[in-house]
Amino acid sequence: METIRYELSADGIAKITFDEPGSPVNTMTLQWQHDLAEAAAQLVRDKAQIKGVLLASAKSTFFAGAELNSVLLLKPEDAREGFGRIEALKKSFRTIETLGRPVVALLNGAALGGGWEVALAAHARFALDNAKIQFGTPEVSLGLIPGATGITKTVRLLGLMAANPYLLEGKLFGPREALELGLADGLGESIEALRAQALAWIAAHPDAIQPWDRKDYKMPGGTPSNPKIAAGLVVAPAMLAQKTRGLYPAAQAILETMVEGAMVDYDTATRIESRKLAKTMVSQTAKNMVSAFFFDMNAVRSGKARPQGVPRWKPSRIGVLGAGMMGAGISRAAASRGIACVLKDVTLEKARAGVHEPLAHLITPTADAADLQGCDLIIEAVFERRDLKAAVTREAEAMLAPNGVFASNTSTLPITGLAQASGAPERFIGLHFFSPVHKMKLVEIIRGERTSDETVARAFDVVLALGKLPIVVNDSRGFFTSRVFGSYVMEGATMLAEGVPAALIEHAALAAGMPVGPLAVLDETSLALSVHVLDQTRADLGAAFVPGAGELLVEQMVKEFKRPGRAGGGGFYDYPAGGPKTLWPELRARFEKAGVAPAIEELSQRLLYRQAIETARCLTEGVLTNTADANIGSIFGIGFPAWTGGAIQYVASEGMERFFANAHALAERHGPRFALEAPVRERVAASLRRDG
Amino acid sequence: MPNAMIFEAVRTPRGKGKKDGSLHEVKPVDLLAGLLVKLQKRLDFDPAQLDDVVMGVVSPIGEQGSVIAKTAALKAGWDFRVAGMQINRFCASGLEAVNLAAQKVASGWEDLVVAGGVESMSRVPIGSDGGAWAQDPATNFATGFVPQGIGADLIATLGGWSREDVDRFALASQQRAAAAQAAGRFDRSVIAVEDEIGLPVLDRDEFIKPRTTLEGLSQLKLAFGELGAMGFDAVALARYPQVERIEHVHTAGNSSGIVDGAAAVLIGSEAKGRALGLAPRGRIVATALSGADPTIMLTGPMPASRKALAKAGLTIDDIDLFEVNEAFAAVPMRFMAEMGVPHEKVNVNGGAIALGHPLGATGAMLVGTLLDELERRKLKRGLVTLCVGGGMGIATIIERV
Repeated sequence: METIRYELSADGIAKITFDEPGSPVNTMTLQWQHDLAEAAAQLVRDKAQIKGVLLASAKSTFFAGAELNSVLLLKPEDAREGFGRIEALKKSFRTIETLGRPVVALLNGAALGGGWEVALAAHARFALDNAKIQFGTPEVSLGLIPGATGITKTVRLLGLMAANPYLLEGKLFGPREALELGLADGLGESIEALRAQALAWIAAHPDAIQPWDRKDYKMPGGTPSNPKIAAGLVVAPAMLAQKTRGLYPAAQAILETMVEGAMVDYDTATRIESRKLAKTMVSQTAKNMVSAFFFDMNAVRSGKARPQGVPRWKPSRIGVLGAGMMGAGISRAAASRGIACVLKDVTLEKARAGVHEPLAHLITPTADAADLQGCDLIIEAVFERRDLKAAVTREAEAMLAPNGVFASNTSTLPITGLAQASGAPERFIGLHFFSPVHKMKLVEIIRGERTSDETVARAFDVVLALGKLPIVVNDSRGFFTSRVFGSYVMEGATMLAEGVPAALIEHAALAAGMPVGPLAVLDETSLALSVHVLDQTRADLGAAFVPGAGELLVEQMVKEFKRPGRAGGGGFYDYPAGGPKTLWPELRARFEKAGVAPAIEELSQRLLYRQAIETARCLTEGVLTNTADANIGSIFGIGFPAWTGGAIQYVASEGMERFFANAHALAERHGPRFALEAPVRERVAASLRRDG
Repeated sequence: MPNAMIFEAVRTPRGKGKKDGSLHEVKPVDLLAGLLVKLQKRLDFDPAQLDDVVMGVVSPIGEQGSVIAKTAALKAGWDFRVAGMQINRFCASGLEAVNLAAQKVASGWEDLVVAGGVESMSRVPIGSDGGAWAQDPATNFATGFVPQGIGADLIATLGGWSREDVDRFALASQQRAAAAQAAGRFDRSVIAVEDEIGLPVLDRDEFIKPRTTLEGLSQLKLAFGELGAMGFDAVALARYPQVERIEHVHTAGNSSGIVDGAAAVLIGSEAKGRALGLAPRGRIVATALSGADPTIMLTGPMPASRKALAKAGLTIDDIDLFEVNEAFAAVPMRFMAEMGVPHEKVNVNGGAIALGHPLGATGAMLVGTLLDELERRKLKRGLVTLCVGGGMGIATIIERV
């Protein structure tokens, strides 16, 4: 055995210690699966001498779960072999838990996914009493299912209803919650304390068996034959479908496995579970989500985009200019991480209104620029007007601590231009927060022409310190997120200009997995703002600028029909007081054309392609510097659907050749905005080889 | 091919399908057995002459389980050579029993069959038989399951019918049913349910609400709004993406009533009728089954009716009266709009909104209602159709003789 140590002490305690060589964590490698089978066989051989079994880890965590690299390589035809492997692993678990001797897991640290399933092979679990330790089965967030007994056992331990959040939402829990749920049997302050409790438990439970192996076992809350459960089962798929739009097969498979498993005995249930896992793990969605939410996320967090060689930095005090929604949100985010803030607005009253009360001890409201004295980071979040931003930059920069960083929170204004107001453009940077700040995880860091590496690295550290995800982009009109986001909403407006029914456009977006339809989003961000940008572009570019059909439609909505958006009383939608918004009935007469009713799949694809192509251009132009930023930025900043694994992974998901061919067809039909120029194709190909 | 003749069509009154309903105390087997005894007494035929007893039940479990048709025939004291079978085609079950009996007779392989159905919704609630369609998530996902009421509301949305439109239809159903009952138009087919000592338990339909007003209907709570918001609207709209949202309009007042009841129709060949001295009242001209999208679910009557008309070599104008089951107001409204049939020809004595819909029995009940009215008006042809779970539709064309 290479990954497992087996020791049998003179007093009859067999200890199985997981210790994967050359790795900081234990994972379910093939070698480990082999070793576990051997350890299980050894237990059977030694049974006469064994009084009890301990499962333990030699790492700082208990067990990290599945080995995810292999998921990216699985092909559909690997499902058969996968089923066999899962069943073999479960046989080892089953041998251990039906040995006829008490088995106890010592949880010295996190046990996630497959790791938690290892822990569930024990009859009892004792965990270190440390709130930072996490347990659970988050597989669904990676497009996978906890199918190595996780679903079957969690349902049998908690019941169908109570198991729901832990399986379908992948909710994690700490040792205390595990104790309350009955998933842990005791907590201890040290590993020695855990061991003592475990030995006492073994002595007290010589005949321990799993609950589901007891003759008098009853599923908590009842099985699907219980009328209450049955009634819930009728609604559960629709509730899930409303959330997932049928785009997340893992979530569906989890619900299916829960219910199908609850109808039958334990061994049959785990076999059903193995079939569902085998099918899910070879799916494209699993590859997409593992790629984005494990590998890309790690690349972003570990600082792939952060300039090397700059020491870690944490601001001691942050000044925030403008106490509106964004400024208030930024100060709240900083304070929630224990960083003191000065929140400045034109009046003390306005500044006070932006203070998040529960964190008031860390946020100082003020109307006096002098109070910013000594802040080593100042973030301005005033209105998107160049002159205003220039004025506050000049005023506040004077108060900045020596060598401090000045950041502008803007979603569209080029940073290089804004930096002209700064006396130190190398320490001037863009920090594009998203609204609402406390919920949105992404921050787009914009490097101006003269921004230094040190400033970029510091901004990166600040974003991480705020608990958010940093992506680093180069300065350009709309940067990355606003530019691609604009391409999405304008494609929706273009469809309307073609005569496509508005409801169909909105549903096509939702069916693709976008959180909000393009017309609804345009209403929120204001059509008037889009027209303002259009007018500005016209002024900047003159006759060379040819507006698109979508832009002209938005202009017509604002200038002719006086429908500037939600804030202005209505746009594509009406907003009746007290009721849900409804599409403006006039849209039908003014834009929709009889006979224009493309298939919804065609519209969904077009909305995703438009964004993926614009993202690919951003990569090619160097606005984006790496694929991980492109994928994570598109998901967390634009709402590009998670099932795709991000805007570039979506290309992989479609298949590169197919994507290029479809894009070509779209360009033929709808115009050059869908055309993939040769350098873009090359850049995408490099991304998909994972060398970008 | 022998003609399938209708010798008689009877039913129990429809009792409110709740604990305070008059028929709640009556076991389903007795509801049916009692009716079989009365049918036999009325026509005075020898039950041993029957080939089969075919009965529709939509929730055939518990006391409605275990082939209640055979059980009821035995309990009725009928000759043990008479066979019995229970069938289920959701809400079409009662009419399917009639159609199947007609097909048995028309095939020449059987000569005399009792068809009908029974449902005690107060004792065996709708849905109590479970089933994979709704309750197995994998099947539910694959088929886009939504409850029927969501489909009904979607039909109303597509038709542009407001709450007031469907309430007006419901009001007409109540007014027509009340007028029909007052005029004694149900007296021939309705046979009172009696207890073991011969005391009447219920002798007339008790679900009708003659004092219904539009104002009163408008006050009722939406039946499917909450379910829709939980996720079913999204499931339905995924298949109807051109619809912005489902306008929920159906309530307990403009949907079919939950009731208890049973029906029995005696069907046989002309030769058998002559041999037993039974006078035929009607002839079954054609039967048809079809299907439509299972998510909207309730648009099956149109394709089924078209199919039956084509089989009979008739057009819609050849039909004098229609019984379109009022599962929800939008169902007959859609039928009238799509088939170009005026309300004057449809459900002239009210429908399930006023009278109730005892699931497994309704189709057979409608055959009797239609035949009675054809005779009263001295008209020739009628068509019975029902929307059916799973998107199915069923239709039967009958002819007065």
